[in-house]
Amino acid sequence: MNKKLANFNWRKILIPIFSIISAFIIGAIIIAASGKNPLDAFSALFSGIFGNTYYIGEWLFRSVPIILTGLAVAFAFRTGLFNIGAPGQLAMGGLTAVVIGIFVQLPWFFHMPLMIIGGGLAGFLWGLIPGILKARYRVHEVVVSIMLNYTALYFVNYAILKFIPNPTNPAQSAAMQPSATLNVPGITELVAAIFPNSRLNFGFLIAIAACIIFAFIINKTSFGYELRAVGLNPSAAEYAGMKVNRNIALSMAIAGAFAGIAGAIYMTSLGKIDVEQGLTGYYLLGFDGIAVALLGNSTGVGVFLSALLLGGLKAGAASMQAFAQVPAEIVEIMSSLILLFVASGYFFERILDKRAIKKLHKIRQQKVEVSE
Amino acid sequence: MEYVIEMLDIRKEFGGFVANDDITLQLRPQEIHALLGENGAGKSTLMSVLFGLYSPDGGEIRVRGEKVNITNPNLANELGIGMVHQHFKLIHNFTVTENIILGMEKTKKGQIDLKSAAQEIAALSEKYNLNVDPNAKIEDISVGMQQRVEILKMLYRHAEILIFDEPTAVLTPQEIEELMQIMKRLVAEGKSIILITHKLAEIKEVADRCTVIRRGKYIDTVNVGEVNENELAALMVGREVSFVVDKGPATPGADVLKIEHLTVKDSRGLKVVNDLKLSVREGEILGIAGIDGNGQEELVEAIAGLRKIESGKIELLGTDLTKMPIRKRTQTGIGHIPADRHKHGLVLDFLLSENMVLQNYYEAPYSKTGILNQKAITDYSERLTAEFDVRSAHGIKSSARSMSGGNQQKAIIAREVDRSPKFLIASQPTRGLDVGAIEFIHSKLIEERDKNRAVLLISFELDEVLNVSDRIAVICEGKIVAVLDADKTNEKELGYLMAGGKYEGGMTHE
Repeated sequence: MNKKLANFNWRKILIPIFSIISAFIIGAIIIAASGKNPLDAFSALFSGIFGNTYYIGEWLFRSVPIILTGLAVAFAFRTGLFNIGAPGQLAMGGLTAVVIGIFVQLPWFFHMPLMIIGGGLAGFLWGLIPGILKARYRVHEVVVSIMLNYTALYFVNYAILKFIPNPTNPAQSAAMQPSATLNVPGITELVAAIFPNSRLNFGFLIAIAACIIFAFIINKTSFGYELRAVGLNPSAAEYAGMKVNRNIALSMAIAGAFAGIAGAIYMTSLGKIDVEQGLTGYYLLGFDGIAVALLGNSTGVGVFLSALLLGGLKAGAASMQAFAQVPAEIVEIMSSLILLFVASGYFFERILDKRAIKKLHKIRQQKVEVSE
Repeated sequence: MEYVIEMLDIRKEFGGFVANDDITLQLRPQEIHALLGENGAGKSTLMSVLFGLYSPDGGEIRVRGEKVNITNPNLANELGIGMVHQHFKLIHNFTVTENIILGMEKTKKGQIDLKSAAQEIAALSEKYNLNVDPNAKIEDISVGMQQRVEILKMLYRHAEILIFDEPTAVLTPQEIEELMQIMKRLVAEGKSIILITHKLAEIKEVADRCTVIRRGKYIDTVNVGEVNENELAALMVGREVSFVVDKGPATPGADVLKIEHLTVKDSRGLKVVNDLKLSVREGEILGIAGIDGNGQEELVEAIAGLRKIESGKIELLGTDLTKMPIRKRTQTGIGHIPADRHKHGLVLDFLLSENMVLQNYYEAPYSKTGILNQKAITDYSERLTAEFDVRSAHGIKSSARSMSGGNQQKAIIAREVDRSPKFLIASQPTRGLDVGAIEFIHSKLIEERDKNRAVLLISFELDEVLNVSDRIAVICEGKIVAVLDADKTNEKELGYLMAGGKYEGGMTHE
């Protein structure tokens, strides 16, 4: 069969795997250097991920927002854009969902979809701003998105304190209506039976659906075809009569919608939105999306799997700290290393080429012998 | 030592596609050995095998009599094999020296020793008569000199065997002449050269022997002195090739495209198309003759909708195109074979099948309610690639990037012609293609004409304009200065008009 193609796919998967293994090795070295036993640490980490059904439930719960922010970044990537604005889009989506959760009274089966759609719409509009500025005025989307992250941060803080203050806790929003949850009769009971006490909820199914919708739009629709064409070769897209600018603006907006839904699900799960002191806390979920999209090669399945990986590391970090006395931050180091290694995949290709390079040395030597 | 390089019975398959079917190529020391074949015949694959980019599925490679296993390009360099690529691999804002030493910088006290490198390069340049200034920046030097920098890169790495991949495709006639001299000089100084080309005249001029491959198969190795161009062409294509375009007289009808007082600015804001007037009739091929940079490119872009029109009017079948979006123009009846097939014609990282529907992916049957119909796309692409003989390693599932230039062009032509546009723009349709592909494309253009469609042909090859067109419009400084019947003019007259000379005789002013 086609050797080159097989080779290529093989490497595409090998590089992330190599990256993960290397990150664990380096993580182990750091843990060992701090006088702890890496094996204890990792065993605590893994039991914190799938040690029992509660942990598994928490793991999946923590993966939900980064699946969605991963999709938010990946969607823009496919159109040749870098959506670094997922934190802001997530915050605006979350705020909108919480506002709907507080002020609107509806039966749950209307309330929940309304919050999700409202969150998605807020993210859509927040993403549309850099999209339009890029399409119209060629302002770089990264610059605009970064500034809009801060704008969203301070706006959300202001809005919480001004419009939805919590009388007992100034650091968070007021309580939402009882109907404003992600509890779906039947599913909630089933989840509670399988993953007792975990916060896993209906949001996970929404995230899976989002991955499927993502893959469907990108691969199966003529709109996705256009987005990919614009991303890969805007000149050819223009030549073929595609509305390049419209696609750029729409792509950023749809990317924003994914992040907005992430915010809506996350805040609804927590039942509140916090006043944040900077681009920390849940804002980081937006930046994690960049790692997830890169690691998952901007495909639906890839994003899903890599979000589970990073979500797992996050979920297990607390156990590692509690049971092996290894600081949870080591996990941040490891996820950063994974990202670093994936982004510098070239480095691993070199290692994969090592065999070939060894041969080169051998033959070089042979050649010297021959010429002597 | 009889041969410096022997590639014996090299076989390379991609899936079921045999790109190289037991090909043998033997290079003698100090020989210029041409490798001749059509686009997609397997020349590049064979050289990629030699250069370690592909591993062969069969056969063996001997370098200076020793059997070797070349697994990557570094190893090829190590064995003294260097390749001058068709698309230069240079960094534009680096100097010549910086480019040449890239990847093997010599350092002195931790700093790059540019000075001694520059001296070494100057010495090499002198030895081989390359006339390259080691301190010039790449962006400031001509294409011809950039190519000589590529050659110097190989010499600096002590390459003994040089592979030139279609080196003249990007050069002016004078630069081609210089390159021929350089190649002769290189072999005189002890190098051996493999010259990949499909230009027969160059082979006749410079090569000693020539290996011909066709559709992945070894055909013959001939002494160039013993054959003529026609025989070489026949070996390459597998049949007699007519260098004369075979066509009947045109039966032109009404105007299809009408341009009046058209003014278009280039990207620097200069009026490069200035008050231009032109019409193309159904059932004719109108050729535009002109020196590069006289507004041809901008004229085409203005018609296609890729460039804003400052003033004036373009009408297609009586419909005003002037402010029409591109898609609307396409639907009104424009087919466009763009000059730059990589920039405009193809999405290189799309599959061939995806590229085949670039102009109609949104229409039934290729899309229904916004959802792509894979089967319709597949069937359509299969039909087009079969009809237009587009060859690729994995059929319609090949990425466009992996295809040879000729097949990429055939794919674009298939796509544009099959939509039966009333008006077809063919901009540089045969640039960089071999005689077989050129003949095919010319016949397709004439076929369109005979279906009573209007064809606008833009080409810098005067031969092509003269042979294919029915009428020729000469463009000079953004204006059509003359419109002549193709059979009543000649190269000399066109050249004179293109250069801004006044026409005296009985020409038909449009």
